[in-house]
Amino acid sequence: MKNKKMEEFNQIQEDIVEEFSVFDDWLDRYNYLIELGNDLPPIDPKYRTPEYLINGCQSKVWLHADLVDGKLQFKADSDAIIVKGIVALLVKLMNDRTPEEILDNELFFIDGIGLRQNLSPTRSNGLLAMVKKMRLYAMAYQAREQKAKNHE
Amino acid sequence: MGLDIAHIRKDFPILRQQVYNKPLIYLDNGATTHKPQVVIDTEREIQEKQNSSIHRGIHYLSEQMTNRYEAARETVRAFINAASVQEIIFTSGATGSINAVAFSFGEKYVGEGDEILISEMEHHSNIVPWQMLCERKKARLKVIPFDEKGELRVEQLDTLLSEKTRIVALTHASNSLGSINPVQEVIRRAHEREIPVLLDGAQMVQHGKVDVRELDCDFYVFSSHKIFGPTGSGVLYGKEALLEDLPPYQGGGDMVDQVTFEKTTYNTLPFKFEAGTMHFTGAIGLAAALEYIRSVGIEEIGRYEQELIRYTRAKLEGIEQLRIYGESENRISVFSFLLDNIHPYDAGMILDKMGIAVRTGTHCTQPVMDHFGISGTIRASMVFYNTMEEIDMLADGIRRTIEMLS
Repeated sequence: MKNKKMEEFNQIQEDIVEEFSVFDDWLDRYNYLIELGNDLPPIDPKYRTPEYLINGCQSKVWLHADLVDGKLQFKADSDAIIVKGIVALLVKLMNDRTPEEILDNELFFIDGIGLRQNLSPTRSNGLLAMVKKMRLYAMAYQAREQKAKNHE
Repeated sequence: MGLDIAHIRKDFPILRQQVYNKPLIYLDNGATTHKPQVVIDTEREIQEKQNSSIHRGIHYLSEQMTNRYEAARETVRAFINAASVQEIIFTSGATGSINAVAFSFGEKYVGEGDEILISEMEHHSNIVPWQMLCERKKARLKVIPFDEKGELRVEQLDTLLSEKTRIVALTHASNSLGSINPVQEVIRRAHEREIPVLLDGAQMVQHGKVDVRELDCDFYVFSSHKIFGPTGSGVLYGKEALLEDLPPYQGGGDMVDQVTFEKTTYNTLPFKFEAGTMHFTGAIGLAAALEYIRSVGIEEIGRYEQELIRYTRAKLEGIEQLRIYGESENRISVFSFLLDNIHPYDAGMILDKMGIAVRTGTHCTQPVMDHFGISGTIRASMVFYNTMEEIDMLADGIRRTIEMLS
């Protein structure tokens, strides 16, 4: 079961990498990210606050996660559209998964689509900060579930 | 006769390269400038043939190195027309120079309730060292505002300068607005009250003639890497009498005369302010850069850049969705702008992929951004190796960027 989930997770990443590989020009890749960013619904204004802000990026990124039926539901947004496109990719990959699935997986699509090497360290720090924050949410919910179980 | 820019560009090897298979259009000179071949060669030659500690050895290489280092000091002196080499201190950069003055001058002359006057358009490096001083000494930081065009409101000096003002620290030219400040008027008014003035020339020395004696400023600072020299090096100019009077800001080797555990006496100027082994390759590399500029002609450079400014301004103003921040007529070749509601970071990323290097963000001038109620801008900053064709490419790039993001 666990392996199957992991395979599916990696399949999505491979699909993303393939989607990007058809563009030989960087501007086309950015156009695609802009499209994805525009398609991601804006976050509820109540989460567009300093509390949900991720530091480490020139642009602002807000991230919130709920646990619904044991699965994380991410809400994210950015004031920069290309960053929002990257956020959309991350949400697509991480959404609707259990904390374990999020924590047990390797992220390789960022390297695969050349985002890390083509975004300077300060920028990709923002990207990594985003991933880190998603994992932190997963860890927090995992700990909470564990605690609830112990109480039963 | 104008400058032969095509010929000049050949002196800068980095400009030949392509990025993302497109010719590099480097418009981030406000952050750092590129080095002509002669600077690169000088640095390499030192490492290959002369590297040796200055002011210490009696051996051949050390003597040679010392001579070159002191000759570099003379080159800097001549470049800004200081009265003597005693007035030229090598530092780590403009930031290092300002910190040195904020510490040394602050120790000697600033006390509780005193005031330091800066401006609203300062780079963080001409804000924070003074704030730190104010915190240490319980002094107050006061600020000369600028108007909507990005010009200093000098008329406010009469109320801002007081008997409590100990020093005025002002940028000669703004790194985010592009404005050249009316520094001579500020100096005159400050001197009427016997208040010394420090000018931050980090964005000015590479664009036009600076004569510290004509300006009559008390301190002048600039960085080597923004004037085509090596990074990690810079200059603090100070009037000799003032420097003589100030305590050193760092202790160490070379800055001392006699050292015992009871008491240490200090070396004479300029060595009093140069503790430890100095970045001599940086200082000599800077001198090579200044010699290079002298060979091109700083007045010629200034004239060409004014043409470039006119051309850039017309091109940018021709783009309907573009708004320029900082509209002073008296300016350096630096333009900050925004494109409608497009995030500057998005625009910067797209321009980058077209091979166009600009800077985005606050440019270390957060108060300037706060003044306009914006979070940042896109900044194109040019020097004399930039061409009108590059400005055309920038304008085209901006139009494409707007298309992509709207």
